[in-house]
This record gives sequence, structure tokens and C-alpha cells, in this order.
Amino acid sequence: MTDETWIAATLTAARPTAIGALLRRFRDLDTAEEAFQEACLRALKAWPVNGPPRDPAAWLIMVGRNAAVDRTRRTRREIPLPEDDALSDLDDAETPRIEDLDHADYRDDVLRLLFVCGHPDLPATQQIALALRVVSGLSVSQIARAFLVSDAAMEQRITRAKVRVARADVPFAAPGAPERAERLAAVAAMLYLLFNEGYSALGGAADLQGPLCGEAVRLTRLLLRLFPAEPEIMGLLALMQLQHARAAARFDPDGEVIPMEEQDRGRWDQRAIAEGLALVDKALRHGRPGAFQIQAAIAAAHARAKRPQQTDWAQIDRLYAALEALQPSPVITLNRAVAVGKTQGPEAALAMIEPLAPRLHAYYPYHGARGAFLLQAGRRAEARVAFDQAIALAADAREVGHIRRHLDRLMADSELAAEKNRGVVGAPSPPTS
Amino acid sequence: MLYAILCYNDEAAVGAWTQEEDAACMARLGVVQDGLARHGRLGPVARLLPTTAAVTLRKGREELVLDGPFAETKEQLLGFYLVECESLEAALDTARELARANPGRGAYELRPVGYYRSGGSVA
Repeated sequence: MTDETWIAATLTAARPTAIGALLRRFRDLDTAEEAFQEACLRALKAWPVNGPPRDPAAWLIMVGRNAAVDRTRRTRREIPLPEDDALSDLDDAETPRIEDLDHADYRDDVLRLLFVCGHPDLPATQQIALALRVVSGLSVSQIARAFLVSDAAMEQRITRAKVRVARADVPFAAPGAPERAERLAAVAAMLYLLFNEGYSALGGAADLQGPLCGEAVRLTRLLLRLFPAEPEIMGLLALMQLQHARAAARFDPDGEVIPMEEQDRGRWDQRAIAEGLALVDKALRHGRPGAFQIQAAIAAAHARAKRPQQTDWAQIDRLYAALEALQPSPVITLNRAVAVGKTQGPEAALAMIEPLAPRLHAYYPYHGARGAFLLQAGRRAEARVAFDQAIALAADAREVGHIRRHLDRLMADSELAAEKNRGVVGAPSPPTS
Repeated sequence: MLYAILCYNDEAAVGAWTQEEDAACMARLGVVQDGLARHGRLGPVARLLPTTAAVTLRKGREELVLDGPFAETKEQLLGFYLVECESLEAALDTARELARANPGRGAYELRPVGYYRSGGSVA
């Protein structure tokens, strides 16, 4: 590893901790970011000569803090600004020995930073953009590319988010247990949002998929290291790893989505799967199930099947039932129906999704799944109507193309099925790819 | 004499490598491994999954299963096993068996293996 790579990796790894601590100290995102930037510049000069410090995060925090204090003093001499408390008070408990910062502080600093970026007051797109900018240190134009907007628009989005967050007035005292749990849940949701942003990136933009998913995985891993006994965070990391493991097999050369049942499972990343399975296993040992753990267990059931025919659909059905009980949602029921269709046949699946019609009538995957079940049950005319509805509701040409190809294949399959009595594939919603 | 070479590094920094950097590093290490294998000097090679997947079984009068890696600096790494286990529960059972055979102080850290190369046999 060259100095340069090693230093870059160390700075990236230390960034959330260092900015988190600087944010606690200066209570302002811009100041914390600038202080960290300054510390990085000094690290690039000092580390190749002196070697990396024993605790890079502590080094960066101390150097960044001093740089920012210096700068504020200089500014103050020029303009009679700002008041003393713009710098957290000088007799602050952390002032004398920031190098003694213990890891319990780091923990809440990182959590606070992530929580600030993923603040529930912010719309989802602003949460992700702000986290990528501040926590991950991506440049504005990198983020703009990922969201397919102009640099100026992204700059504005991030500035707005910062203003809003400053107004939200997140407390800087160490959080109590209930508050910490609440923040963890909000941060987990934001990280999954970030992951999904990458995961659902268009096939043609597959080069964007890696970085966003990779960042989400990295930050979740960091969070889990700080909170090692949180089964939901284990579940979240497992879920991401198991889904991301399929990345190389998810798109055909034209960038079209390949449904899971048709993916070349040899291209699934076995190392990511191994980690995902180990984490699910470990999380479930805690006996405190949660939504991420259950979703991870479902992904694990798919990952364990060497071939689609070996999928344990009965287990997937049970897991969806548990998820349904935990957070009732028609989309979850729709996904469960796919498992039910596999174990009890299409009529049972149809019976299960029929009551969802009023709530999902405008959701195209509902009609797509319904069409697949109808076709499987031999009700071809009704199936075609359902597929037509799905096509009419699909948002763009991509989705329409996806359904049409699906439809062609199903129609061809159903002719074979007549003799072979073979099941058809249903891919009602994104999670199944 | 067989030597065990235990690899220590900063997990956060290694975890911040891009996939390409990671693959490039593994490729360079693979070259070294191949050289050792040609001379019949290579035993099993394993890359452990991150410590986030680790579990520790503490020995003692009362069994204690803890999350996370082993963090008792008073004790030293004295050896290791590679055992095929169906699940974490099965791995814990194996560790319990070992603990019964060698009761008293200490702990077993259970770390799933991410990469494994048997390396053939060494004399």
C-alpha cells in the first residue's frame, strides 16, 4: 500500500468521528467541515514524514480544533465578531484534553452527526445528499452526478439542508438511552435510504451503484462497530450485504434488470453473502427481532439457495408474516403472496392480494403480480387485463419494457406449463431483483 | 518449524478501501502466497470477516456470550482452529466443547472466515 492510498483510506475512515467531534465542539456543520479540511491538509504534510499517528481520529480532531480556533481569533481581530459562545465555551469539559476523548464520546458524536444529516425534518433526498457531502466527504459534483442534477442544483440542495438542520436545534448533550435508540433508528432508516438510492440506480448508471451502496455499507459498519450489541444494526448491515452481493448479476449488458430467479448465481459475491449470513445468524441470537433483521433473514433465504428451485419459500412466507405483523403494509403482503403462490399455489396468492386492491390499485407491481398469479392459474384473459393495467400505470418506458418482456416470457411459459405443470416466475416489486 | 503469521491492521482504514484497491491488494498477496505454495511452505490462509461479525465466548464458572471481538489485553492469542460449522449456534457449541476440555480462564473469539485457501500440505 503506498503512503497516498493508506493516508486517503485513513482520512476517509476517520472522517465521521472527527467531524462528529468537531461538530460537538463548534456546533456548526460548516465550521466543523472546514476544521477537518484544514486538519487533512496538515496530515498530508505531516504523516508521510512522521508516520501515521496512533489514533488518527484524535490527531485530526485536535489539529482541526486548533486550526478553527486560530481562524476564529484572526477573524475576530478583523471584525468584532462572533460572540464568545460561537465557539463552545472555553471552559468546556472537553477543552483541556481532547486527546483523551474516550470512545463513548466518539460513539455519540458519530451518531449525532449522522442524525443531524438524516434529520427527520429533512426530505429524503436532502438527507442523503447532506450525509454524502458531510459524512462521506464526496464532492458536490460527485453527488450531483449520482442524482442526475446539475452541480448548482446540488449545491443549493445541500445549503438548504444545512440551514434547515441548523434550525432543527439538535441537542449537543450526550443523549439518554431512549433518545439514543430513537436516533439509531432514524440513522438506520437514512442509511438504508442511501443504500437504496444506489441499489435502484438505473442499470446504465451502474458505476454510481457501487459508490452509494459501498458508502452505505461502510457507514453502517462503522455504526455497528460503535454499537456492537444492536441486532437491528446487524440486521441492516446483513441486509445490505446480501442485496449488494447480487449487484454483478442484476443487470444484463443493456442495463436491463434481470429478475432474481433468472440471475446467474455464480456471479453473486460469496464473500458479501458469507458476511451477511453470519450477521443474520448473530443478530437473531439476540432474540430481539426487528424489521431489518427479518428483511435480512428473507434475503438470507434467497442467498442460501444455490438454485432458485431450492429456495425455502415456506420460510420466506413465515418471515413475511412476521414482518407484516411488525409493520403492516400492503406492499409487504404483496411480497408475501409471492411466497404463498410458491407454496400453496396461485389461487391462495390471489385470495391473499384481492383485499389489497383498494390500496394498491395505482401501484403497477400489484397488477403485474396479479397478472402472473392469474396466468399461473390458467386464467389467461384476466391475466392479460391485469398486465395491461400494469403497463398503463408504469411510470416510464423502462418499466413498461420490463413488464412487456416479463409478459412475453410468462405467456410462453404458460404454454409449457400446461403440459409440465410448472410454476411461473413472479417479480412483483423491486426487492425481488 | 511452522510459523503462524497473524495479520493485524486498522479495520476502519482497510474497510475504506475501494473494491479495486481491495482486489489489487488481494492479488499482490496472492502472488506471495503462490510463491510460498511452490516451495511447499504454505499452510491454510484465512481472511476473517470484520469484527462486527465476531462473537466471544468467555470461559469461567458461568458461560458468557458477548458481541464483538475479544478485547482483553491481559490475555494473548495462543492459537487458533478452523472448523466447519453450520451456523453461529453450531460454532458456539464447538467452542463450548473446547471450553469443557480446557476449563478455567480465557475466552474463545468466534470469527467467520471470508476467504480461505487450504494451501495444500506443509511438511
